[in-house]
Amino acid sequence: MQFMLLFSRQGKLRLQKWYIAHPDKLKKKITRELVALVLSRKPKMCSFLEWKDLKVVYKRYASLYFCCAIEAEDNELLTLEVIHRYVELLDKYFGSVCELDIIFNFEKAYFMLDELLLGGEVQETSKKNVLKAIAAQDLLQEEETPQGFFEDHGLG
Amino acid sequence: MALKKVKGTLERVLDKNLQDLVRGIRNHKENEGKYIAECIDEIKQELRQENQAVKANAVNKLLYLQMLGYDISWAAFHIIEVMSSTKFTFKRIGYLAAAQSFHDSTDVLMLTTNMIRKDLSSQNMYDAGVALTGLACFVTADLARDLANDIMTLMTSTRPYLRKKAVLIMYKVFLQFPEALRPAFPRLKEKLEDPDTGVQSAAVNVICELARKNPQNYLSLAPLFFKLMTSSSNNWVLIKIIKLFSALTPLEPRLGKKLIEPLTNLIHSTSAMSLLYECINTVIAGIPNHTASIQLCVQKLRILIEDSDQNLKYLGLLAMSKILATHPKSVQSHKDLILQCLDDKDESIRLRALDLIYGMVSKKNLMEIAKKLMVHMDKAEGTHYRDELLAKIVEISSQSNYQYITNFEWYVSVLVELTRMEGTRHGRMIASQMLDVAIRVQAIRPFAVSQMALLLENSHILANNSQRNGICEVLYAAAWICGEFSQHLKNPREALEAMLKPKITTLPGHIQSVFVQNIMKLFGSILKSAEENEDQETMKELCQLLTNKLPIFIQSADLEVQERACCMLQLVKYVQKLIEKDAKVGDEVSSLFAGDLNPVAPKAQRKVPVPEGLDLDKWINEPLSESSSEDEPTTSIFAINHDDSKSFYKEEKKNVPELTEEELEKRREQRKMEQMHNPHYLRMENKPKKSAAVEEAEESPVMQIDLTVPLHVPGLASSDKYLKLASQDREKSRKKTKHGKTKKKKKGQPVVESDEDVPVQHTVSTLVDMPEGANTSDKEDDRKTSDPFKRLDMDLDKPLRDDEVLPVRTHRIVLESGDMVDVEGEEVKPKKKHKKVKDKEDKKKHRKDGKEKKSKKKQKSEEASGSASNLLMEDDGSPEHAPIANGLPQSPEQGKTEQEKDNDLDFWMNNDSTSAAKSTEVEIKTPEVNVEYANVSSEEDS
Repeated sequence: MQFMLLFSRQGKLRLQKWYIAHPDKLKKKITRELVALVLSRKPKMCSFLEWKDLKVVYKRYASLYFCCAIEAEDNELLTLEVIHRYVELLDKYFGSVCELDIIFNFEKAYFMLDELLLGGEVQETSKKNVLKAIAAQDLLQEEETPQGFFEDHGLG
Repeated sequence: MALKKVKGTLERVLDKNLQDLVRGIRNHKENEGKYIAECIDEIKQELRQENQAVKANAVNKLLYLQMLGYDISWAAFHIIEVMSSTKFTFKRIGYLAAAQSFHDSTDVLMLTTNMIRKDLSSQNMYDAGVALTGLACFVTADLARDLANDIMTLMTSTRPYLRKKAVLIMYKVFLQFPEALRPAFPRLKEKLEDPDTGVQSAAVNVICELARKNPQNYLSLAPLFFKLMTSSSNNWVLIKIIKLFSALTPLEPRLGKKLIEPLTNLIHSTSAMSLLYECINTVIAGIPNHTASIQLCVQKLRILIEDSDQNLKYLGLLAMSKILATHPKSVQSHKDLILQCLDDKDESIRLRALDLIYGMVSKKNLMEIAKKLMVHMDKAEGTHYRDELLAKIVEISSQSNYQYITNFEWYVSVLVELTRMEGTRHGRMIASQMLDVAIRVQAIRPFAVSQMALLLENSHILANNSQRNGICEVLYAAAWICGEFSQHLKNPREALEAMLKPKITTLPGHIQSVFVQNIMKLFGSILKSAEENEDQETMKELCQLLTNKLPIFIQSADLEVQERACCMLQLVKYVQKLIEKDAKVGDEVSSLFAGDLNPVAPKAQRKVPVPEGLDLDKWINEPLSESSSEDEPTTSIFAINHDDSKSFYKEEKKNVPELTEEELEKRREQRKMEQMHNPHYLRMENKPKKSAAVEEAEESPVMQIDLTVPLHVPGLASSDKYLKLASQDREKSRKKTKHGKTKKKKKGQPVVESDEDVPVQHTVSTLVDMPEGANTSDKEDDRKTSDPFKRLDMDLDKPLRDDEVLPVRTHRIVLESGDMVDVEGEEVKPKKKHKKVKDKEDKKKHRKDGKEKKSKKKQKSEEASGSASNLLMEDDGSPEHAPIANGLPQSPEQGKTEQEKDNDLDFWMNNDSTSAAKSTEVEIKTPEVNVEYANVSSEEDS
């Protein structure tokens, strides 16, 4: 997988993850083109697009579009599966996730994605393991936050 | 309680957090830009503070702004500061920010090497985890080289969480630093049999990705993967393995044979569509000669295409088109279904169905299918789809040298009908088809000429509104055909007058020049026939007409038109004088254009053999000391004037400097373009699709002209006529054959439609001009040379050389906390040694945990494969490593094991009985599926 984009029906980008390091300018150009392309598709159309030399797989969940770019030989259905898995994970984590959850906690959404995929490849196929890893890291953060906070401010 | 309150107020005091920022942006919709500018100023203030928490918060906010499209590259150094924080909370944000915003040219990346190394060896596995995750996004060649060894160490970590991440990131490291592949490969291979499934699947992932690019180096792993495939029940892993096999099987037919059974079993049993689709793809790519399996795939694909899920339909058609290449017959039996897909609501699906159409065509149904496509064209709303349809009609009709066309009158009328399509970009394609047919099918010339004459007469329709979209190109063909084959014209005079209409001057230059040229041809032939009839009056009239009308071309801005018109005018004036002197001129004028013109093969130019003694690389004139840039302006003058038509003037440069490979490539490209646009070239295959798609993206929207009355030109033949005619004929012949074949039909056997009984009315000449001594083979030598994966193409079975080691840091770094367990392993010691220490420790830990058995097993497997030991063995000078090297095979033996491995592979490939035994296993295990494509659609709204 080359990159994943999340954007709203209005075309606002909500999350972007690039597994190929492009300069910002190029990223923006690609994003703009793809968002326009995907939004112009009608709801009953299939989820796959051929775009330049890549294949684009997208899926809409409520008001959000999840959009991935994969290489020519990659499996489209598997990519849909990955998207779905990600949505499931977000749902479990936030408790019936909505667009606002992702806007306000966008770093959490990234952390979740990073546990699911690494360098564009599926890293963990078990939902349980992903959630466990995230929970453990959140716990770690909680443990150090109050204490760390006061240390940092000379109050500890 | 009190403390919490203090904290709460402090946070408020401190600054906006991310949530406040987001809320703020949402509340300032009107002046978002200004608000954000303020925020960025604030953030800059915050970044200057010493406090880590404030900084991290600021970076977090920046990250959000970056997503909105604001540039945050100026904050790269601050991001690194946050990354280096000792607190996990901040580190996590720092690495995330780095992953999102760093790229190859971020120069501060060089500063991160040691910090990342420290994090990788951190005791807290999540520290190492975030470092790996971040690294996966921004790894550069330098980082890859410096950190490869540390990541290698993590591959043997006791925690599966880290092993998994380390294995996956190795792929990125290999891409950046290919030299790491050979030293790291044995360990990677070892991870295929890791006890943890996550690590195993990561290793499968990485090797699969590597093998897809350079399959030949991974053949020796086939038995191992086969074992994994038959024993795994994880569909994610299975899909990857099966994909890997699709890369390997083309290289090793025996492997394909072995795969038939497990694959067909999977196809039968799995309920996961993604796995099914992958299996089908592998069958198509790997064992295309096994008809039974292909048949099974086609069956399954039919089910996919019939499914109401558009995604499955799309993929079904896509896979079908791959089968079409090898098994056209099997696909043809599903013609009904594919034609049905042409009516689908979804354009993507219709386009996929179109891809299949060319395989569905036979002599009998070509007219029918073309008719259907034309009806679609009338209905189609998007110009892109309409163009696609047009190109398809031409493609299916012209494929394999017009093999399926029985009646060329029909085809010419189809082409003429196609010219009535509004807004198509394929005017050139239609024109080249007209020319091709008229030249190569001699019997059709009278008909073609009569149709072209009609087109010329109605040229105002074509020239009028199609200046921009190129349908006027057909006039190029029409003029040429009428001129070249003027003997077939019923009324040459009329045609000549049609070509002299003032409207013609609005056409593009290259078309006008063809007009001028062909006006002369017509002039010649009319003159000749008039002379034979001794019709002095007509001859004089004719000359008068031309001297009056030709000057409109002389005023043309186009150089080519102007030049030709001037020449012609002078010629006409000269002829006029001669006629007045009663001299015979007809023969002479028409002899200017005597002789047949044959098409030139597309590669003819390239195939001209180089005469003996001619050295093309030698200078004809010594190059001037100055750069040859003086050539450029002259060529560009021509290029501007003849933009798209006649750029071959460029080739006439005499002082050609030596061409680099790149330039040659460019020229070749250019030449191809020319040939594509030049209707005089006979193309081997029509592939304008791709470039067309690119153009389409850049094309500005053309205003649609709504014509309620179809542009109907009286007198033009309608292709429908031929369709009816053909079906009547068939009806007749069917009646005839019915007597003999009724029995067969009753049995329900499908009647095989044979093309042999369809009468062919015209023959296509395959005569093309070729240089003497050229060979006619169609071998293409266009290969890509700049493939980034080429660097990863290396023999992985060869034992490692001494110099093939991962670079290791040689200077000492003072660690902040001295009490880490792994510290000793991370210090200055040379790599090999340190690994041993690490291994030792691993073992110790295992023992402590009571996992003695496991570690022994691991050791054993290492010994047996001799793979993990490769790294250890090279360093035989150091005494510390003696105890661990004990019992490991020495290098000569190792060579032997390599050989054995090869033999094993042969043995395994040839052994069929084991495959049967194994495949029964598959049947038992595959039903436990845990990924189902069906899930996706059911839980749509979460």
